[in-house]
Amino acid sequence: MAAVAILQDGPSKSAHRTGRRWRDSDEATGLALISPTLLYALALLFLPVLIVIAYSFWTQDYLTIDHTFTLENYRIALTEPIYRDLLARSLVIALVVSLVTVVFSYPVAWFISFHGGVHKNLWLFLITVPCWTSYLLRVMSWKVILGYQGVLNTGLMSTGIIETPITSLLYNSNAVVITLVHSWAAFAILPIFVSLEKIDRSLIEAAHDLGDNKVMSFLRVTLPLSLPGVISAFLIVMIPTVGDYVTPKLVGGKDGVMIATAIQAQFGKAANWPLGAALSVTTMVVVSAMAGLVVLALKLFVRWIR
Amino acid sequence: MAEMPMIEIKAVSRFYGIYKALDSVTLDIAAGEFFSLLGPSGCGKTTLLRSIAGFDTPTSGDIRIDGQSAIGVPPNRRPTNMVFQNYAIFPHLNVAENVAYGLKRLKLDAQDERRRVGDALDQVRLSTLGKRGAHELSGGQRQRVALARALVMRPKVLLLDEPLSALDKKLREEMQVELRSLQKAVGITFVLVTHDQYEALAMSDRIAVMFGGRIAQVATPKEIYQRPLTRAVADFLGGMNFMKARITGETATDLSVETQRFGAVTLTKPPGFTCGTSEATIGIRPERLRVLWDDDTAPHAIEGHVVDRHYFGEITHLIVNVPGLDAPLSVSETNNFGADDIPVGAPIRLAYDPDALVALAD
Repeated sequence: MAAVAILQDGPSKSAHRTGRRWRDSDEATGLALISPTLLYALALLFLPVLIVIAYSFWTQDYLTIDHTFTLENYRIALTEPIYRDLLARSLVIALVVSLVTVVFSYPVAWFISFHGGVHKNLWLFLITVPCWTSYLLRVMSWKVILGYQGVLNTGLMSTGIIETPITSLLYNSNAVVITLVHSWAAFAILPIFVSLEKIDRSLIEAAHDLGDNKVMSFLRVTLPLSLPGVISAFLIVMIPTVGDYVTPKLVGGKDGVMIATAIQAQFGKAANWPLGAALSVTTMVVVSAMAGLVVLALKLFVRWIR
Repeated sequence: MAEMPMIEIKAVSRFYGIYKALDSVTLDIAAGEFFSLLGPSGCGKTTLLRSIAGFDTPTSGDIRIDGQSAIGVPPNRRPTNMVFQNYAIFPHLNVAENVAYGLKRLKLDAQDERRRVGDALDQVRLSTLGKRGAHELSGGQRQRVALARALVMRPKVLLLDEPLSALDKKLREEMQVELRSLQKAVGITFVLVTHDQYEALAMSDRIAVMFGGRIAQVATPKEIYQRPLTRAVADFLGGMNFMKARITGETATDLSVETQRFGAVTLTKPPGFTCGTSEATIGIRPERLRVLWDDDTAPHAIEGHVVDRHYFGEITHLIVNVPGLDAPLSVSETNNFGADDIPVGAPIRLAYDPDALVALAD
């Protein structure tokens, strides 16, 4: 508000009455406050997306771009088996990763919120500690753990649980899932924790008072009321995971390749930007649709249990 | 109380570290009684209520509900239901779903469940709001939903944790009347926690006044107001003029005292009165002092003059200085005869009934 007041004392004194009044309004203040972020987002997010969408309707003609409108790229993206399979695998991996991450993160968030006592902040701080190292280093360390001669295999062999190293740990989609679940856990725990913190504890007491045991009160009160946190955790994990490039590249091997690798190839070696763009747009649309379906499914699930 | 009490609290103590929230509380609450736990915040009344509900476990002692010991029994298996201070309405459910919450577990057939929910909503006069969301309710409506949600379970005991404290004054007074008649209609034992003495006096069959984790007095509203046992109880339940008196004689039940201005009187000795010194504290309620107009006479009267005056609409508080008394007397007089017109500084005569004087333990 102060900034607006200063502006008014300046040359705007000659401004039209109604104009001056609008400048003083909450709407103007709000716009002034968000405009740097808004411009930044427009320039670096909205514009590139528009360019990608435009490219997806064009054709690569050796070194030049043919600007005639065509749906050929989408035909390839949706019907070529390789792209269909990659997209399907990416979606399955993303779904599994987000499901596993949420299932593992919920108890952690629940424990901190309900039994963290005075040390809640310390617990939250400890959860963010792995994020202090670079993402690449964390992925690489999973290579060390999951490898043929890795920590897990040698550990299991020395305790006598297995006799020969498990080969299905690294360079496949399992490895991608394991690594991504670990990478995203903190981002799932935090929103779930926040939504659990907001639940009035007397509601849980009321549920017990009305005859629920601990499991029932959790299913009928705690879980439905923490659903916003579960949904955000799910989306926060799922959406970036579909397009993850680094993890499949490092630990995925041949069987763990995801759609982002194919998109990168079109923009890089294959030098077919329009096809890359069409693959990107297809992925975006499919992910949005799946996100919507997941939200709907979670809401129906909660409606069903209560 | 010839019948077995609904709730028996036997030497219940609750420690939080070294802090004694409840200090050996013993109390019986009869079936069908409207019982209030009254006291200032931190006196242990809420801890006691939560112990009856099962949300708090006493460090020692026993709580029996309808003859069964409740120690170790979780809240969901006790025949009690609670109306929470903030009502704890489930925000993700509508009014009818809130009320039906506890019934779901009983697996009634749909028609039976709907009828019981409808009856409960009728009882609290909310029958038209069943579909309304929890967020669209006013404070009074939320309270009614909380009541219906508890009553629909047909508990043996309904526990109410400061249920009226969040409402404005007018609504609070309406709800006092309504709660009282609801309790009469359903015949369930109500245990109410409150820090509002007028609320407790207006609604209860009996009141327990608590201070510092102990019960100071248990009695009917009239008795606890007119015959408080201790200075603290007298002070907590409305105004009281305190004064010192010299003890002239003492029997097992009576106390004879010589007062400074109220003459020699014989009063009932409060139990637990310890006569350490030759002095006793006695008290008289402000409304038991009556202004004598013009030539009125009374068998017992004292004289003084007005030093201050507070106007409260239907009544006026006069602060009267009586020579020979340590502190000025507070007098509460209705404004029917012009008590609000008595000027500060005017001489005044006050009539009193010696029966209105009470001896108080410290």
